[in-house]
Amino acid sequence: MEKFKTIISSVVPLPIENVDTDQIIPARFLKATDKNGFGDNLFADWRYNKDGSPKQDFVLNNPKYSGEILVAGKNFGSGSSREHAAWAVAGYGFKVVVSSFFADIFRNNALNNGILPVVVSPGFLAEIFEAVDANPGNTLTVNLEEQKITNNATGKSETFEINSYKKECLLKGLDDIDYLLSKKDLIEAYEKNK
Amino acid sequence: MKKTLFDKIWDAHVVSEVANGPTQLYIDRHFCHEVTSPQAFNGLRARELKVFRPEKTTMTADHNTPTINQDQPVKDPISRNQLDTFARNAAEFNMPLFYPLGHEKNGVVHIIGPENGFTQPGMTIVCGDSHTSTHGAFGTIAFGIGTSEVEMVLATQCILQNRPKTMRITFSGKLEKNVLAKDLALYMISKLTTGGATGYFVEYAGEAIRNLSMEERMTVCNLSIEMGARGGLIAPDETTFNYVKDREFAPKGEEWDKKMEFWKTLKTDDDAVFDSELVFDASEIEPMVTYGTNPGMGMGISGTIPTLDEIDEAGRISYMKSLDYMGFKPGEKMLDKPVDYVFLGSCTNGRIEDFRIFANYVKGKKKADNITAWLVPGSWQVEKQIREEGLYEILTEAGFQLRQPGCSACLAMNDDKVPAGKYAVSTSNRNFEGRQGPGARTILAGPLVAAAAAVLGMNKLQPTGNRIVDNTTYH
Ligand code: SF4
Repeated sequence: MEKFKTIISSVVPLPIENVDTDQIIPARFLKATDKNGFGDNLFADWRYNKDGSPKQDFVLNNPKYSGEILVAGKNFGSGSSREHAAWAVAGYGFKVVVSSFFADIFRNNALNNGILPVVVSPGFLAEIFEAVDANPGNTLTVNLEEQKITNNATGKSETFEINSYKKECLLKGLDDIDYLLSKKDLIEAYEKNK
Repeated sequence: MKKTLFDKIWDAHVVSEVANGPTQLYIDRHFCHEVTSPQAFNGLRARELKVFRPEKTTMTADHNTPTINQDQPVKDPISRNQLDTFARNAAEFNMPLFYPLGHEKNGVVHIIGPENGFTQPGMTIVCGDSHTSTHGAFGTIAFGIGTSEVEMVLATQCILQNRPKTMRITFSGKLEKNVLAKDLALYMISKLTTGGATGYFVEYAGEAIRNLSMEERMTVCNLSIEMGARGGLIAPDETTFNYVKDREFAPKGEEWDKKMEFWKTLKTDDDAVFDSELVFDASEIEPMVTYGTNPGMGMGISGTIPTLDEIDEAGRISYMKSLDYMGFKPGEKMLDKPVDYVFLGSCTNGRIEDFRIFANYVKGKKKADNITAWLVPGSWQVEKQIREEGLYEILTEAGFQLRQPGCSACLAMNDDKVPAGKYAVSTSNRNFEGRQGPGARTILAGPLVAAAAAVLGMNKLQPTGNRIVDNTTYH
């Protein structure tokens, strides 16, 4: 995994609540046997017409908005455990997702793919949407080391939670499998005592 | 310290604690299907690893499979490639419990697990599918995981997890006649919303839960994830033990006696403290349907769709987007709605009991002409039982056909897609936009409402008190 560095970026706003994993990546795109190419179908049913042409009113098709940060309404990523949702978000080029609330499995899947889910207060989230509405070029700064997110339009910051193990994994680009493999002896001891 | 049932099982599976981080948890049973596993096996290959404990993984093809002509090669080349990859992985990694299409043990992963005795009280169980919570019905810690975690389990039989908080939801009193486990669950989700139990592991308790059969308990635990819970579980009791006994992979003889001793200790201590407690009166629940695009948007079948002033302001845009998608308006009655499709099946309601309820209702009646009905058994064992119990004749006489087992229209990865704009009364678990096909409109309900919709159409259903139409009892 790539090491996570501080990000200063404009954002893509998606002020919709309860965005579920079936919207992030519909089931019919889950037939692949590798992790590549899912970014092209991120939000497929909102993003494309039946004939494959882009839907002009969807934010990903609006050239005004771009960046490495997706900002979404509360309860982002509810529903299925499909990691394809995280692969689609990462594949599109997002490194951070900001919301006031995340579904559990999506959050785990995101972290396991080097995407940082940042939980902010509902008020802070509303201000981001307002700032981007006023000026699509407005940026956020996400500093993982300090666990701090800053809305550069207002200068306001919030700190966010992440456990120190996961933080270290992201900063060093390590994953859980590396860690578990280093604990094989503990696993065998556990099995013996069971 | 007094412990909850969840604490007892969790603590017994801790291999180590990561400093300031998650727990390394040992997994007793891993279920695996064709859609969320290929990238995990690729990961093993890339790291040149073997599967650590192959006998602890059960593999079945279910998500991306046709429900007709399963004896013929799968038509869609991409689906076929995924199924072939699954078989190749099973062979290359020497997986002993592999149930491909057509195998007598094949079926929806959460149906074949319990049915074959893989699922047993006190276990930790994971699968790359969020409805793994189903197995909690047996008093297990069972939850869905992503593909990276599938790889962890294959490589080490462990995963890293943060300990969730605990919640107890008690249903006091009794369910009314014709009110089923699905109704209880949809009622609960409508009260909690889809995020209401996020971060929690739920224990279900109370008289109404105790009275449920194993099949019904599975329906309730299955839907735990729809309110965001990590999982849901029910303390095992005689109902549980009777179900597990004599199943193929269940312990036998002395081993059974030993296990029983342990299983009987699997309950929450009196005075154990939960992080959150909720109590509902089961007798207040009526048959439920959903009207929107998430499972939390449910209501009693005789009610009306909430008006805008019942919705908090921040949620109104999402609410109207959802109703627009469904073609419904605030304040409308659901009983007036037309229905085009009926789906009986999925890991929520694709078990034998669901088919009994459905068959019992349609017995001597006829399928409405305008309805396309997909009746999809959860497994070949369910299929076999449908035939053995004479349900097959009842269904055929009423104008219904039976399809072959699989997830089918629950997620519509195969050809079982509801066309855009059409309405489906579905016994599955998700009514998300496009879940049953692009543009499809899903109304979630239990098997009884589905049966009534299939013969009457939704717009002819009439509520009488807590019941739906006619005075037959189905329960
Ligand atoms: S029936 Fe539906 S919910 Fe159940 S395992 Fe299959 S796709 Fe998942």
